[in-house]
Amino acid sequence: MKTHWRILVVDDEEVMCESLAAWLREDGYAVDTASSGRQAVELARQTDYALYFVDLKMPGGMDGIETMMQVRHLHADASIIIITAYATVDTAITAMKEGAQEYIVKPCNPEEISLLVSRIIKVKNLQRENTILRKKLTRQYRFQDVISKSPRMRSILDLAAEVASLRSTVLILGDSGTGKELIARAIHFSGDRANRPFIAVSCAALAETLLESELFGYEKGAFTGADQQKRGKFELADSGTIFLDEIGDISPKLQVDLLRVLQDRSFYRLGGTEEVRVDARVIAATHVDLQQAVADGKFRDDLFYRLNVIEIRIPPLRERREDIPLLAQHFVERLAHELGKEIGGISEEGLKALLDYNWPGNVRELENAIERAMVTCRAAQLTEHDFCFLGQNGSAPKGWTVPSGMSMQEMERLLIIATIQGTGGNIKEAAHRLGIDRSTLYEKIKRYEIPR
Amino acid sequence: MKYLYLGSNSETGRETVTALAELLAAEFRTPLRHWQLPPVDFAFDPQRGQYASIPILEMLTRLCPPDAEKLVAFTERDLFIPVLTFVFGHAQLGGRVALVSAARLRQEFYGLEPNREVFLERVSKETLHEAGHTFGLVHCAERACVMALATRVQQIDQKRAAFCPACLRRLPQGGLI
Repeated sequence: MKTHWRILVVDDEEVMCESLAAWLREDGYAVDTASSGRQAVELARQTDYALYFVDLKMPGGMDGIETMMQVRHLHADASIIIITAYATVDTAITAMKEGAQEYIVKPCNPEEISLLVSRIIKVKNLQRENTILRKKLTRQYRFQDVISKSPRMRSILDLAAEVASLRSTVLILGDSGTGKELIARAIHFSGDRANRPFIAVSCAALAETLLESELFGYEKGAFTGADQQKRGKFELADSGTIFLDEIGDISPKLQVDLLRVLQDRSFYRLGGTEEVRVDARVIAATHVDLQQAVADGKFRDDLFYRLNVIEIRIPPLRERREDIPLLAQHFVERLAHELGKEIGGISEEGLKALLDYNWPGNVRELENAIERAMVTCRAAQLTEHDFCFLGQNGSAPKGWTVPSGMSMQEMERLLIIATIQGTGGNIKEAAHRLGIDRSTLYEKIKRYEIPR
Repeated sequence: MKYLYLGSNSETGRETVTALAELLAAEFRTPLRHWQLPPVDFAFDPQRGQYASIPILEMLTRLCPPDAEKLVAFTERDLFIPVLTFVFGHAQLGGRVALVSAARLRQEFYGLEPNREVFLERVSKETLHEAGHTFGLVHCAERACVMALATRVQQIDQKRAAFCPACLRRLPQGGLI
């Protein structure tokens, strides 16, 4: 996994600088060069290099030790190797004391330098893997983990950062897969509640009664099977944050209960008589147009206004296409570690295929597409051939609208016909794309009298 | 029409040149031409007692025939780059020219009895390796692949004189022409 790491070689002697850079490039690293300490610091300001080779003696008032100190001031974790032609014990001790990882005397043995670089990069890879795994484990995302260069997203992140430490309720709106929970987590973990619990609840995943007991808990004997008291998610989120995902899908009764919690900051457990007070910040999210739902009488306006104190609207991926290359590269790098694949990036044509696609499933779909492509890719780069499945999975193409005035059965019949045609008559593949068993598909083919 | 050029001079034995010419022509499926390598004494560094590979590569770039797709030159002299004590060879990554040194590929260099077969095997691997760099290939993690990094002669002996399937896929399909 070398291509992800950049190395900076700093030496005032051009031939020394370029020859080491060329040698490292042959080893697969991306290498930049600087002819002075000042230029090195300038480059380090723009790029976070994994490794620096710095010549000890350089003219211009900034020697190797001074350069190293300034670089370490910018990047505390920078690995720096000091190289010199004039080895003395004193300079070696000074270099190591100031934080050099290694000290080598030129000319050095190719094996020595090769082992040194691979050892440092191995540690870097492990550190990176550790960070990824830790993030995955705790899911403690912060704003810098949100990858975007879109001006719209940047202003959203600025707003989210501003409100992170407030108690105000936040409503996050956006299509499925745009990263609503990621923003919610970033708000929580960037605010002063970061060390307190973050409790996420998917309101769409549970039936009304189950959701009620999940949110508010219950007393022993509240219903059949309630053999002991159970605390609900609101209590668990006390002094922290509760994230209510898919809030647009909750029932009218739960809307009333929720409104009461937001107003009074207290509630009763199911079957309970004791009022429970909580201090939980509420972040809600939905893909539903809540204003329309209010207009249609499906969502309470008083609850909507309670929730909509700070509104964050995340644009779909198709409206921030400039983020596609950035996100795609991020997923390639992360998945290369997870899948143990030596894939460094995406070809220009591959990227074009990604940019041309509409991404109805947004960032989540992009991540899945990269993973699917990487699983089957045998080369060092993903190409347009690895993404030939895009647009073949029944996902809505650009401009496609759901026809109205059609029965569910007729719709299902047409979908099955189109999918079988799309797979060239391959039933196994068609069943896979439709997400049903082969036997179920055969049953439907028979029922709808679909010719094969 | 473009050719693959093999550069050498009278210091290199006919047997070595013939073996390398056959190997390169077969591996890259392209017509091969011989090229007379000019003297490289100008690159001698008396302090190190070795030859600087960078000025030699610069000379190869200047003199490279216009119809050469690639020029791989072969020398008996021991090569170095300033930061390293020696190099087995040197190439322009993704460029047109490459240089291979025979000096450290002979058993005699390590105080052993001469062995023609071992020498030819090593020369073949290093020539393919440096030629691979000119096609943009970087070092391969597959130890048996000819593009694996070798900093000791034993590592050259552990490799095969062939590209692994992944490196092969990155070479131009069906030869150069």
